[in-house]
Amino acid sequence: MTRWYRYASPGHAYRLAGRLIPWCAVPAAALFVVGLYLGLVVAPTDFQQGDAYRVLFIHVPAAWMGMLLYVLLAIYAGIGWVFHTRVSSMMASSLSITGTMFTAVALITGSLWGRPTWGTWWVWDARTTSTLILLFLYVGFISLQSAIDDPRRADRAAAVLALVGVVNVPIIYFSVQWWNTLHQGATIRVGGETTMAGSMLAPLLIMIAACWLYSVAVVLARLQTLIREREPLVAVTAVVK
Amino acid sequence: MKALPRLGMVRWLVWRDVTLTWRRRSDAVATLVFLVMVVSLFPLTVGPDSRLLQSIAPGVVWVAALLASTMGLSRLFSDDYADGTLEQLLLLPQPVYVVVLAKVLAQWIVFAVPLAALAPVLALQFGLSHDTPLVLTASLVLGIPTILLIGSVGAALTLGLRGAASLTSLLVMPLYIPTLIFGAGAAHASLGGGSPAANMRLLGATLILALVFAPWAASAALKVSLE
Repeated sequence: MTRWYRYASPGHAYRLAGRLIPWCAVPAAALFVVGLYLGLVVAPTDFQQGDAYRVLFIHVPAAWMGMLLYVLLAIYAGIGWVFHTRVSSMMASSLSITGTMFTAVALITGSLWGRPTWGTWWVWDARTTSTLILLFLYVGFISLQSAIDDPRRADRAAAVLALVGVVNVPIIYFSVQWWNTLHQGATIRVGGETTMAGSMLAPLLIMIAACWLYSVAVVLARLQTLIREREPLVAVTAVVK
Repeated sequence: MKALPRLGMVRWLVWRDVTLTWRRRSDAVATLVFLVMVVSLFPLTVGPDSRLLQSIAPGVVWVAALLASTMGLSRLFSDDYADGTLEQLLLLPQPVYVVVLAKVLAQWIVFAVPLAALAPVLALQFGLSHDTPLVLTASLVLGIPTILLIGSVGAALTLGLRGAASLTSLLVMPLYIPTLIFGAGAAHASLGGGSPAANMRLLGATLILALVFAPWAASAALKVSLE
């Protein structure tokens, strides 16, 4: 267990990130190619939704990553706030950008899929609405951090916000769901995965793995950049060793 | 024995903030006038159809109340921060959340009491009848403290920053959503002839949650901001 503590030091974290990035980036690229090929070319056309359903191979992984990265962000921000570990706070900032990107991709692809399938760009469905709110939470985190000049104060203030946000996420989710059932009948739902054919499920799983690996690689690369920016000396000596 | 001086402290802090607001009452009045104006703009933009106005009234009044309360939020700590009072308050032998609670309570008194008097009038403007104006007022009185408590976290986080007012609203607006849904939902339920009890209970539940967590988060944020 104590072996892990040393990665709280920017130097060790910098080197670990450098070692891990190629191991994540290369498989991510390969899986993206395979997954997109299987998903866009090999997988059969859906008889109800036509080819539009293929958006799902990007949409589902993006939506999952968007939610998951916010929880991870809050965990790292919390660790950074409690233990005063700079690397954890830097991890939180790195995660915030990738998480925002994935949440935005989920919203955009969702609306591109909704147009041919539901006949509308936007539906105030519980999941759509809570994803939009998640995007607002990400934007709040990033803008608070960039509004404060002192990086340590920015880290701690953003950590408070992230923790308040993560406590609120379930409350927001349920309130939106109840609001939705109060105002309109049940909307169309995306078919459950159990009914999905294997030829469609395989590319989806590959794309999810690819998005995971991509996130790890990009977040670690951004972490390296942050360390270089905030602690240039540490980064230089880490490379020399 | 220990609880007594704390209560005295809360009373003193609330009295001080209420007095300060009273001495500069034009600020508080401006907030309320803003609220009335925003609400009155809606019929002018969506048309005078009374059925449409009735159905949007709870949402409009709630959103306007939310915006008006955010206006006052940026001043929650900043005046005391500017003249150094806040630093002295944090040095008191009281937990910081007592200070936060007292400030929110004072804000609630100067904002929610006039709002409670105004809300039925605004409801009449939108043609609401029977119990609905009453339910709307009750939901505002019960929901505004939650809004102020959550807002106090945002105000504490952005203390002393450039563009603090707009940043505060950006940070706390997403967190207001549950309160907004339950508050407007209560009035909406009563509008449709149903019982607002479920939504009022949920409003009460969010208030209790906010009372437990928000002062604690706001005091942590104040300590970060005042380092």
